[in-house]
Amino acid sequence: MICFQNLFKRYPGGHDALSDVCFNLDNGEMAFLTGHSGAGKSTLLKIISLIERPTRGQALLNNINLAKVSKRRIPYLRRQIGIIFQDHQLLFDRTVFDNVALPLVIAGYRHQEIGRRVRASLDKVGLLDKEKQNPMTLSGGEQQRVGIARAVVNKPPLLLADEPTGNLDPELSWDIMRLFENFHQVGVSVLIASHDLELIKRMDHRILTLNQGRLFEQSSWDIE
Amino acid sequence: MDRNKTTLPIRGAADSSSPNSRFIAYLLNHAQVFFSSLGKLYRAPLSNLMTVAVIGIALAFPMGLYVLLKNLQVVSGGWNGSTQISLFTKQNINDEKAAELGQQLRRFDEIESLHVLTRDEAMSEFKALSGFGEALDALEKNPLPAVLIVRPNEKNSSPAQVALLLEKLRALPEVDIAQLDMQWVERLYTMMAIGERGILIIAVLLALAVLLTVGNTIRLDIQSRRDEIVIIKLIGATNAFIRRPFLYTGFWYGLVGGILATLMIEISLSLLAAPVHRLAGLYGSEFNLTTMNLITMTTLVAGSILLGLAGSWLAVGRHLSEIEPS
Repeated sequence: MICFQNLFKRYPGGHDALSDVCFNLDNGEMAFLTGHSGAGKSTLLKIISLIERPTRGQALLNNINLAKVSKRRIPYLRRQIGIIFQDHQLLFDRTVFDNVALPLVIAGYRHQEIGRRVRASLDKVGLLDKEKQNPMTLSGGEQQRVGIARAVVNKPPLLLADEPTGNLDPELSWDIMRLFENFHQVGVSVLIASHDLELIKRMDHRILTLNQGRLFEQSSWDIE
Repeated sequence: MDRNKTTLPIRGAADSSSPNSRFIAYLLNHAQVFFSSLGKLYRAPLSNLMTVAVIGIALAFPMGLYVLLKNLQVVSGGWNGSTQISLFTKQNINDEKAAELGQQLRRFDEIESLHVLTRDEAMSEFKALSGFGEALDALEKNPLPAVLIVRPNEKNSSPAQVALLLEKLRALPEVDIAQLDMQWVERLYTMMAIGERGILIIAVLLALAVLLTVGNTIRLDIQSRRDEIVIIKLIGATNAFIRRPFLYTGFWYGLVGGILATLMIEISLSLLAAPVHRLAGLYGSEFNLTTMNLITMTTLVAGSILLGLAGSWLAVGRHLSEIEPS
């Protein structure tokens, strides 16, 4: 699914965000990406979601070289990635339903199909009864679940989450992580950036740790 | 969840639905954006009304002038087709003698028609036109001569031939002054040509103003929706998808502005119609202001739509590419 080979990312000004990063995420695999803030977690996710381009080395997504994707092709590639943000990035000028429907509208689905898929997606995150509400009226945990529903509604093969539980209390965080695990169990590849080590330890998945732009593999018992 | 039951096919850019149904979905999206952009304008009536009013006024001004100029051309066109020579008889020629002279002249080959204005008729016409009605009543006798109005026939209406006829008529002993009413028509035509050029310049400048107004409005709209644009770009929206609502907004500005301009011109013309008709009546004419015909209206509205689209296209092209997720 994802394959980084000797990847470097240097920002203008000389800051090396990623140095010589190599890793593979197989189809259907779930992994955590941890590290201190500024260690390069966001940069790594931005390279996968084509917000940033690598300076050197290779980044492959489904065997597509991300450095060579033309600007015109970027939107179509992004549709294969469900992105979940820390601050969920919902649009408050429309209902929960319309927020979740957005990826389908963009991809040009038929009206009936949109209704069916949006409800299926909201059902998965347990918010079917909130579809007509404005996301503003929902709690933080619910808003995050709307964000997840939006990310999975067009069934992307890969989910990327950037600190999805950053603003939530431990119990809600656990719920959210269980939700990701559900998607992983039906074959979706999941990569979650998080510095919530307690939570990560409980989940028993592969752990990738970034330290000053370098990537290390860790298992959950390595984390103190 | 059962892993075997749910399969997640890896989807490419083109979703598995057939190309045909994707095209229908594309058209439906256009229709949806078409109406939702209108709805958006409707929900913020005041600020949008101002934009539309600026477009309407900016377009109505040159177009209104153009319609008035066309009217002027219709009026003067009537005069131009029939060059006429006014023969003012000498004071000692009374109405009978003038009529005799008329009979005599009607036999001329070069003359198409001739109308004799008796001294009384000349007087009453002068009274009506000059506004000196009562002052003229104070005069003991009519100071005005009889007038013969001569129209050369079509074959002899070239300037040289008319000049020849004019000389001939001027030589008649009964005639005091022979006046060719053409010079001022030519002058009027030249003035109208200048007017037309002037209107064209004003129109170009104001069209530019419309373009910039729409462009600026759309630019502000883009900036206020910056976050939204970033989000939907991350979700995989193409630039065309993001552009669409802004272009339709420009379309609506143009359409409504154009209709507003048409209305303003029609209302102004209807306000002018009565006094113009009165003025025409004073000249003994049945002239009525012609309003815009359907083709002119359609052209105006279509032009306005094009300006709206072009303005939003400029703004979108310039400002949308600046907004990228970071």
